[in-house]
Amino acid sequence: MAQIVCSELTLGYEKKIISTGISFEVSAGDYLCIVGENGSGKTTLMKALLRLVPTMGGSIETSDGISHGDIGYLPQQTEAQKDFPASVEEVVLSGCIGRRGFLPIYTKADKIRAHNNMRRLGIDGLQKLPYRELSGGQQQRVLLARALCAADKLLLLDEPVSGLDPSAAAEMYKTIEELNRKDGITVIMISHDIGAALKYATHILHVGYTPKFFGTKEDYLKSGAYADSYRGEEKE
Amino acid sequence: MKDVFLTLADYFSYSFIRYALVVGVLIALSSSLLGVILVLKRFSFIGDGLSHVAFGATAVASVAGLSNNMLVVLPVTVAAAVVLLRTGQSTKIKGDAAVAMISVGALAVGYLVMNTFSMSSNVSGDVCSTLFGSVAILTLSKLDVWLCVGMSAAVIIFFILFRNKIFAVTFDESFAATAGVGVKGFNLAVAVITAMIIVLAMNLVGSLLVSALVIFPALSSMRVFKTFKSVIISSALISVVCAALGILCSVLLSTPVGSTVVAVNILAFLAFFCIGFVMKRR
Ligand SMILES: Nc1ncnc2c1ncn2[C@@H]1O[C@H](COP(=O)(O)OP(=O)(O)O)[C@@H](O)[C@H]1O
Ligand SMILES: [Mg+2]
Repeated sequence: MAQIVCSELTLGYEKKIISTGISFEVSAGDYLCIVGENGSGKTTLMKALLRLVPTMGGSIETSDGISHGDIGYLPQQTEAQKDFPASVEEVVLSGCIGRRGFLPIYTKADKIRAHNNMRRLGIDGLQKLPYRELSGGQQQRVLLARALCAADKLLLLDEPVSGLDPSAAAEMYKTIEELNRKDGITVIMISHDIGAALKYATHILHVGYTPKFFGTKEDYLKSGAYADSYRGEEKE
Repeated sequence: MKDVFLTLADYFSYSFIRYALVVGVLIALSSSLLGVILVLKRFSFIGDGLSHVAFGATAVASVAGLSNNMLVVLPVTVAAAVVLLRTGQSTKIKGDAAVAMISVGALAVGYLVMNTFSMSSNVSGDVCSTLFGSVAILTLSKLDVWLCVGMSAAVIIFFILFRNKIFAVTFDESFAATAGVGVKGFNLAVAVITAMIIVLAMNLVGSLLVSALVIFPALSSMRVFKTFKSVIISSALISVVCAALGILCSVLLSTPVGSTVVAVNILAFLAFFCIGFVMKRR
């Protein structure tokens, strides 16, 4: 059964339309990759799913036991975070912020949850270290652990490997695959890396191409969207 | 050395000097806490813009001959804070250009009004003390002191109660919003508190130097400290120590309070910069 169903979504800011006619659905355990060139509205789509930005038309429905608080988000890194004074532990714990309501402190359960997620991602030795002194790959793991603290049914990942060197990227992909296969977490990921998308995803959504493509990976390989956008690259 | 203490003891037998010290330290404490948020959120320019608006409002209020300037200056500055925050987030007008426009405009109008309509015989003296703080130690009424104590207490309680939310929103606004934190309300609260602190701090250091009081302690502590908690605590300490030292110096040397406090903050920044540099090299 579908966890998220989007139909005929129109996205934009103020009055400017960025993308229209986006339809897709995601079921429990799926691994959906969103591909498309820069500026085609991938990040905006993800923000719309999280209700951070309003949609201009169409509908987004969540069901199958998924509500607002079950979605974990890994945003694109911002410039300000690169020199932000914070320990790894502080960042990961902040994933529990939504669980607290008006309580001003984190509980014992939150701390255990944070440590479990750090262990799960192999960063449990780093908790006292400053976030800004970690490598890019470690920083992404910290942010992923934070997302897991917030929710563990559905993960929305916005370019989780951008800026990582190839080996760190490969490890990150492996970790995400494990979360999807072993723990049954539904993954929606934006990626520039079509090779990785085809390797790990079960479904592909191609935005920024008309007509937009949504379907299984196998169907995508036969589609015009794939042929027109990536035929050249494949041979390299 | 003994002389110095005797002189100080002498000064501190006056209640207005004690008031000035208490108020100065409280203002420094609350503005440094806020400064951490403003610096990390890249909002320092809003503090700067607001201090100019507060100058304009003070000029108008004093020319209009009001008994208590605060009643005009505070609401005007709070309103400006809300407007600046809105425009800062809109993509249509460039945020920094909007702030520059409003702040320079308020500065010009303020000076124009003071120069044209003021009944005072010493206009340039008035302008100077609004911009750079009073020349001698500030004289405060009991009401001013209680107002300061109340507002500082409010800021400190806000920080203690919301410290985790403050971290979550400053580190990553989008994430905090998805986790269910009311980011809009939070930003509004920060804007209002910024306006309040700037109006308060203007009494101590004058409107041009307010930003220094807000950003210096945070920048100093970030040279050396690397976790959010330690940055918050250390910038509060740095700010309190610098304010107390600055006020004492200004009493002893009869220098203007505001610029002395800022000068001490600059020295502290240089010291922390060097410590940070040495720590990095090792
Ligand atoms: N807050 C915003 N206000 C107005 N336009 C925006 C905003 N954020 C992004 N855009 C515009 O929307 C388009 C799509 O952006 P985005 O969703 O980030 O694309 P992608 O993630 O696919 O690279 C871009 O043209 C961008 O300039
Ligand atoms: Mg993007």
